[in-house]
Amino acid sequence: MSKMVHRQTLTHLERLESEAIHIMREVVAEATNPVMLYSVGKDSAVMLHLARKAFYPSPPPFPLLHVDTTWKFQAMYELRNKMAAESGMELLVYQNAEAAEKGINPFDHGSLHTDMWKTEGLKQALDKHGFDAAFGGARRDEEKSRAKERIFSFRTASHGWDPKNQRPELWNLYNARKNTKVGGGGESIRVFPISNWTELDIWQYIHLNDVPIVPLYFADERPTYQWEGQLFMADDIPRLEKVLGYRPEITMKSVRFRTLGCFPLTGAVESTAKTLPEVIQETLLTTTSERQGRVIDKDAGGAGMEVKKQQGYF
Amino acid sequence: MPETDLPETDPIATDVIYQTEALIAEDIDAYLEQHQHKTMLRFITCGSVDDGKSTLIGRLLYDSKMIFEDQLAALESDSKKVGTQGQEIDFALLVDGLAAEREQGITIDVAYRFFNTEKRKFIVADCPGHEQYTRNMVTGASTADLAVILIDARKGVLVQTRRHSYLCHLIGIRNIVLAVNKMDLIDYDQARYDAIVADYAAFARSIGIESFTAMPISGFKGDNITAHSANTPWYMGPTLVEHLETVEVLSSIDAEKPFRMPVQWVNRPNLDFRGFSGLIATGVVKPGDEIRVLPSGKTSKVTRVVTLDGDLDQGVAGQSVTVCLADEVDCSRGDVISFSDNPPQAADQFEATLVWLNDEAMLPGRAYWLKLATQTVSATVQQPKYVVNVNTMEHLAAKTLDLNAIGVAELATDKPLVFESYADNRTLGGFVLIDKMTNATVAAGMLNFSLRRAQNVHWQALDISREAHATLKNQTPKVLWFTGLSGSGKSTIANMVEKRLHAVGKHTFLLDGDNVRHGLNKDLGFTEADRIENIRRVGEVARLMTDAGLIVLTAFISPFQAEREMVCSLMVPGEFVEIFVDTPLDVAEARDVKGLYKKARSGQLKNFTGIDSPYEAPENPEFRVDTTRETPEAAAERIVNALLGWAPQI
Repeated sequence: MSKMVHRQTLTHLERLESEAIHIMREVVAEATNPVMLYSVGKDSAVMLHLARKAFYPSPPPFPLLHVDTTWKFQAMYELRNKMAAESGMELLVYQNAEAAEKGINPFDHGSLHTDMWKTEGLKQALDKHGFDAAFGGARRDEEKSRAKERIFSFRTASHGWDPKNQRPELWNLYNARKNTKVGGGGESIRVFPISNWTELDIWQYIHLNDVPIVPLYFADERPTYQWEGQLFMADDIPRLEKVLGYRPEITMKSVRFRTLGCFPLTGAVESTAKTLPEVIQETLLTTTSERQGRVIDKDAGGAGMEVKKQQGYF
Repeated sequence: MPETDLPETDPIATDVIYQTEALIAEDIDAYLEQHQHKTMLRFITCGSVDDGKSTLIGRLLYDSKMIFEDQLAALESDSKKVGTQGQEIDFALLVDGLAAEREQGITIDVAYRFFNTEKRKFIVADCPGHEQYTRNMVTGASTADLAVILIDARKGVLVQTRRHSYLCHLIGIRNIVLAVNKMDLIDYDQARYDAIVADYAAFARSIGIESFTAMPISGFKGDNITAHSANTPWYMGPTLVEHLETVEVLSSIDAEKPFRMPVQWVNRPNLDFRGFSGLIATGVVKPGDEIRVLPSGKTSKVTRVVTLDGDLDQGVAGQSVTVCLADEVDCSRGDVISFSDNPPQAADQFEATLVWLNDEAMLPGRAYWLKLATQTVSATVQQPKYVVNVNTMEHLAAKTLDLNAIGVAELATDKPLVFESYADNRTLGGFVLIDKMTNATVAAGMLNFSLRRAQNVHWQALDISREAHATLKNQTPKVLWFTGLSGSGKSTIANMVEKRLHAVGKHTFLLDGDNVRHGLNKDLGFTEADRIENIRRVGEVARLMTDAGLIVLTAFISPFQAEREMVCSLMVPGEFVEIFVDTPLDVAEARDVKGLYKKARSGQLKNFTGIDSPYEAPENPEFRVDTTRETPEAAAERIVNALLGWAPQI
């Protein structure tokens, strides 16, 4: 943000930034063992930047947790390691051993891939380290059930979400008191400091603050293939070939990504946007929402994400 | 730009929505520069589904191009399946998020929506309108700069219009828009519109609303939303969006007030740096400013306002900053840094307006956590002075506050709170109450003023101190608090303990249910509220007796954890000893010494612990006596030995 705030009225981004920092500090003051979920996407990039701002000159007083599916883009793993080193934070990487053993992959197992690697993996990682508060980068503009979720969202010992039993949140007062059980296994909190940000706010913030993001968000010539009607990037051709049982037809195309997940589940879009302003321009002129490339929202009719969250998805 | 797998949509509808601002396409840098300087307005929409509230929000999103093509396609297909507008788009489906809401066609919770115009970013809190959702509306209103109160032009000012207006005014919203909606259904009739506005003006004055802005609109047809409508040539005021773009936001009003910052966190990475992090509630702070830390009152000077991007020459209301001070003053989370002149006060008794948010009613005398800014204290609320009928604004007598009730009551905190009245400062005047057992947020409150007696009644300084009393008796005062079911053996064991202590020359006194209820507490019955008051009084008496140097034994069922904790908090740390006489219900009932269980089972005795009223067992008692395994004599011996061993001087 600008160093010289001579105006008395903050801009919307300054207010959103201050709100997120306030939330992060409340968690650190009131939780016993917080963690920040780090998925290496653009929202995670902004979250990490906000955390560094919130506690400067101290490093953020919590570790980063990457719940890995082993199917992320190579460029994501590279940026992840670089950013963790730069921020001075501990990086914890968790991979669900059971999913690895069973060879769960996005091609053969459909939504089980997300359930096992991400939902189950997250639960296992939180339980293993005994984290009582986990920061996530979800935004209310992403999806309808997110629009009603609190900033401090409580989960049962089994990580379930009860949308009808949420604590009222008034002003900027957050009740962080958890119901604990003797010997552990009580409630935990998912905290969403950027709930009130939109996709455009995220992009603009990255632009103004030079926040490092994965190069895949910018267009470049990349090897692509078609699968079930969508365009994907062939990030690891030998592995793709092994799982699919055939070598997909690879075409070089200028593509980029609006959202980043597992490479076989994240649709690429054809684009020539090579700079942030061009990416933002494209985003504003586009006619589909960013989650459109993701498979998870469409399960179980209109209530896909709501059901997933009740089961413990972030 | 090309996208894969798009559903077919009506090309005409697409053109209307996606006539994107030319600036984005032609000069993205200029657009970003403009967007970067936008301010933010948060507002709430009040009204029920029938008033067209969701439709209005859907319209605002639609007109500001916040609906993408895939969302529109889903909306069109949903509209045909479950919509209420026939073949036309039902905008309400865009905003009613949860599955239960979609099924029932109602809005239950608060949902937040976002849209931009050229001048501002907006966050809309979409709140339900029915009386049973008062708490949701208050929640949505608490962060709002402005309220849009919707009226169905066919129906005029209704009971719910009054309720919504009252709640918005109560929570301190100064910008109120009266949106007379569905003008299309009354043929844009100016006379009827004027009559509704006059009717509302009379009501608004009666509850203290100083001004409001009225406008004739149709959310469904789009009249006077973003463009002036040809259907209402007689209306000269701004469109809804014009008005939203120009009203003053709360944070710029807050910036004009004196500087106050509640400390969230002390930033101490190494010995050379010590900063105080917080969100500036009001005012502006600059290096060189003389400040005061409250409640200690210590003064110092600001040396730096630190951020990752470099030091700031000033921090303003609404900004999260880290402030460094010139001196090593004692300052931690919960303290408030303010200008040294005219700082906020600290007090421990207040009059407050409360909105009850929980299914379980308020219990006068019970201790709740109170969180205000970054301060958390224990607080007890008195029986309300009155509750407000939110439909008629009448003040009614009440013994408690039920879900959605709004009332005025006095409250006392165990430690002084740094505060200002809610009217002066939302951050230092707004608070929540948290149940100590369930951790639920049970109430929202606004401090009106502190009570004089808190400031003027000082403790009488006594020449003979409690230490002097205890020394003369050659003992350490204690409260041995026996808790357990009726018939568990509390009184029996307490009696034996007292006899043993007496025999070795200790000064003791036993308070039990019967000797207290025949005198001090004979005005109390057995409702939950009365039982809490019973325990509170016993706790206060026990506290006075420990001040006199006595070892006090009490034998009360005292079924609630919260009350036992409250009594514990009254005592000098270490003097409260909790003894759980753990007798299973079936055993106690089989004994039934006083025949009470029999009466309770037959329904002659109400609110009997274990039968139709809960017993919350202590989690970490100092002693636990399992009477099915240990005789009263053995238990008494064990307790006395331990007490004498712990503190040989008693």
